[in-house]
Amino acid sequence: MKILVTVKEVATVEDEFEIEGTAIADQYLGEDLNEWDDYAIEEAVQLQENGVADEVVTVTIGPEDCEQTIRQALAKGADRAIRVWDDALEGVDLLDVGAKRSILQEVIAAEDPDLVLTGVQSGDDSWGATGVSLAEELDYEWAAVVNHLEHDLDDGIAAVRRELEGGVEELTDVELPAVLSIQTGINEPRYASLRGIRQAQRKPLDVQTLGDLGVDESAVEGAVTLTDMYEPESESDVTVWEGSADETASELGELLRDKGVAP
Amino acid sequence: MSDVLAITDHRRGELRDVSYEIITAGRELADETGGDLHLAVISGTVDDFAEKLDREGVDAIHTVSDGEEFNHGVYTQATTQLYDELAPQYVLIPNSVNGLDYAPAVANGLDLPIVTDVVGVETDGETLTATREMYGGKVETTNDLEGPAVVTIRSAEWPQAEGTGDASIESFDADIDEDDLGSTVNGFEEVAGGDVDISEADVLVSVGRGIEEEDNIPIIEELADALDATVSSSRPIVDNGWLPKNRQVGQSGKVVTPDVYIAIGISGAVQHVAGMKGSDTIVAINTDPNAPIMDIADYAIHDDLFDVVPALTEEFQ
Ligand SMILES: Cc1cc2nc3c(=O)[nH]c(=O)nc-3n(C[C@H](O)[C@H](O)[C@H](O)COP(=O)(O)OP(=O)(O)OC[C@H]3O[C@@H](n4cnc5c(N)ncnc54)[C@H](O)[C@@H]3O)c2cc1C
Repeated sequence: MKILVTVKEVATVEDEFEIEGTAIADQYLGEDLNEWDDYAIEEAVQLQENGVADEVVTVTIGPEDCEQTIRQALAKGADRAIRVWDDALEGVDLLDVGAKRSILQEVIAAEDPDLVLTGVQSGDDSWGATGVSLAEELDYEWAAVVNHLEHDLDDGIAAVRRELEGGVEELTDVELPAVLSIQTGINEPRYASLRGIRQAQRKPLDVQTLGDLGVDESAVEGAVTLTDMYEPESESDVTVWEGSADETASELGELLRDKGVAP
Repeated sequence: MSDVLAITDHRRGELRDVSYEIITAGRELADETGGDLHLAVISGTVDDFAEKLDREGVDAIHTVSDGEEFNHGVYTQATTQLYDELAPQYVLIPNSVNGLDYAPAVANGLDLPIVTDVVGVETDGETLTATREMYGGKVETTNDLEGPAVVTIRSAEWPQAEGTGDASIESFDADIDEDDLGSTVNGFEEVAGGDVDISEADVLVSVGRGIEEEDNIPIIEELADALDATVSSSRPIVDNGWLPKNRQVGQSGKVVTPDVYIAIGISGAVQHVAGMKGSDTIVAINTDPNAPIMDIADYAIHDDLFDVVPALTEEFQ
C-alpha cells in the first residue's frame, strides 16, 4: 500500500507585526511545518512501520525555501518528497481551495496512492477544505477530522473515528482509496533522530512545475481574491493590570477575593 | 439565480444551534440578493426538525428523509440535487465538523468556489465579500468572489433566528445512489468522561501551550491547589498527553461556564473560545498583548506566566 501525505510549510507570526497591503510584512513571519501535517506524517510512518504501507510519499506546494521544513518529514521516515513550484505561483498571495486542489490532484493522479493523509487544516490560512475537494475530484472516499485510524486496513476498509464537537466521536468505515484529514492528538509525532536527519539529505526530493504536471497556469488564480487584511477590531473592554509580577498577581488575588471564590 | 439555500445541522435527534444561526446569516444574504431563503434539513426526523426551523425569515423548507444520522454521501448528493432544482446563488453550510465533511465535495462537484469558516458575508448581488480570519485569529481578511458559491459559516457568529415563520414545508425527493456511499457510520462514542467534571467547577485554572513542557505543569497544579480551583487546559496540552481528555475546554472538549476562568498561556483560538466564552469573569495571563484571548478577557496580565503564576500561588499559601 502506498500512502501520500500532503504537507505544508506554514507561516507563523510574531506577537507584534505589521500588515503591508494584503499580507503580513516579511520580517514578522517565521515558518514551521504545519502542526496538523506533523500528525499526518506520523500516522503514515507508523503505518509503514506496522507493515501496512510500503511507501510514504509527501507532496507540498512551496518555493525552494521550504525544503528544509519538508525534509523534516523525510527525516521522520517518509521515503521521498515531491515539491511543486512554478514562476506562476511566485507572488500569489492566496491559493484558494480550488487552486490547491487543481495542483495536488495531478500529483495524486500520477502517484495513485491507496491512502492520502492531509492535515485537518493549515495553521495559517485554515481553509480546512482541500482534502475533501481532492477526494471528490479524484473519486476517492474521504473522512474529515479523523482522530483514530485502525491500522489493519483489512478488506479495503479504513475504520476511523471522526472527532465531532462536544467530546463525541463518530465511528465510521471508509472504503479505500480514501483521503483522510488528520486531527492533532491522533498520535504522538516523533522528533527526527540525527540519523534520520542525515538520511533525509539523501532521500529523493523531486521538484515539479505546473507544466510538468499538466496544470494550466490560470488554475492558480483561483476564484477567491484576497482584498484586504487588517487586525480585527477589538470589542473588548479588558482591564489590563500593569506592574511587576508580584503587583499583578496581587491585583488578581484581590479580584478572586472580591468575587468570593478564593479560599 | 438570487436565492439562498442554507443546509441545517443536527445530531442524534437534536438540531444544533448553528442551524438557527444559519437562518439569520441566510436571511441577511437573501435580503441583499433580493431572493428567497430556502432551508434544507437532511436525514433523521425531518418533519419535526422542519417545524422547529420554521422561524422568521425562512421562505421554504425542504425535507430530505433519506438516512438517520449524518452521512456525507447522502448530504453531498441531496445538496447537489437541491442546488440543481432550486438554482440558488449561494449555498450556506455550517462550518461544523460535519459541514467540513461535505461542503467541499458539494462545491467541487458543482464546480463552484468555496470559502470556509466565514465570520461575515455580504453581496451586492454579483460579488460576494466574505470576511474570515487567518493566522489563528491574529488578522482578519476580506475575500471577493464572483457568481454563485458555497460558503461555510462559523458557529456563534450570527444570532439565532427567532419567532415563528410561515415557510412552505415541502418534502424533496432526493435520488440517493446507495452504491456511491463509500462510508458507513457505525455509531458514536462519548469520550472525555472520568473522575473530574470541569464544567462543574467554580474556578478554572486553564493552561495552554505557553507552559512549554510537561515538567512545568506542576506550577499550574500548585496554583489550582492554593486557590481550591480545578485545572483545565487547551487542546495541545491534552494532545501531548500532559493532561487527560476530560480537562480539555473547547469545541471538541467541554463547554464550561465557571465564575472565574483563568487562561494561562492560551492564545484564544476560536475552537477554544467556543468552550469558555460563557464564563462569568475571564482573566488572561499571556505575554502577547494582541492574542485573540484579549478580545474576550475581562482582566489581563501581559506578562510571563512563569513569573505571575508562582507569585499568585504565593499570595494564597
Ligand atoms: C476541528 C478542531 C477542533 C479543535 N478543538 C479544540 C478544543 O476543543 N480546544 C482547544 O483548546 N483547541 C481546539 N482546537 C485547536 C485550536 O485551533 C488551537 O490550536 C489551540 O486552542 C491552541 O492552544 P493554545 O492556545 O494553548 O496554544 P497557542 O495557540 O500556541 O498559544 C499559546 C499562547 O501562549 C502564550 N505564551 C507563550 N509563552 C508564554 C509565557 N511564558 N507566558 C505567558 N504566555 C505565554 C503565547 O503568546 C500564545 O498566545 C481545535 C482545532 C480544530 C481544527
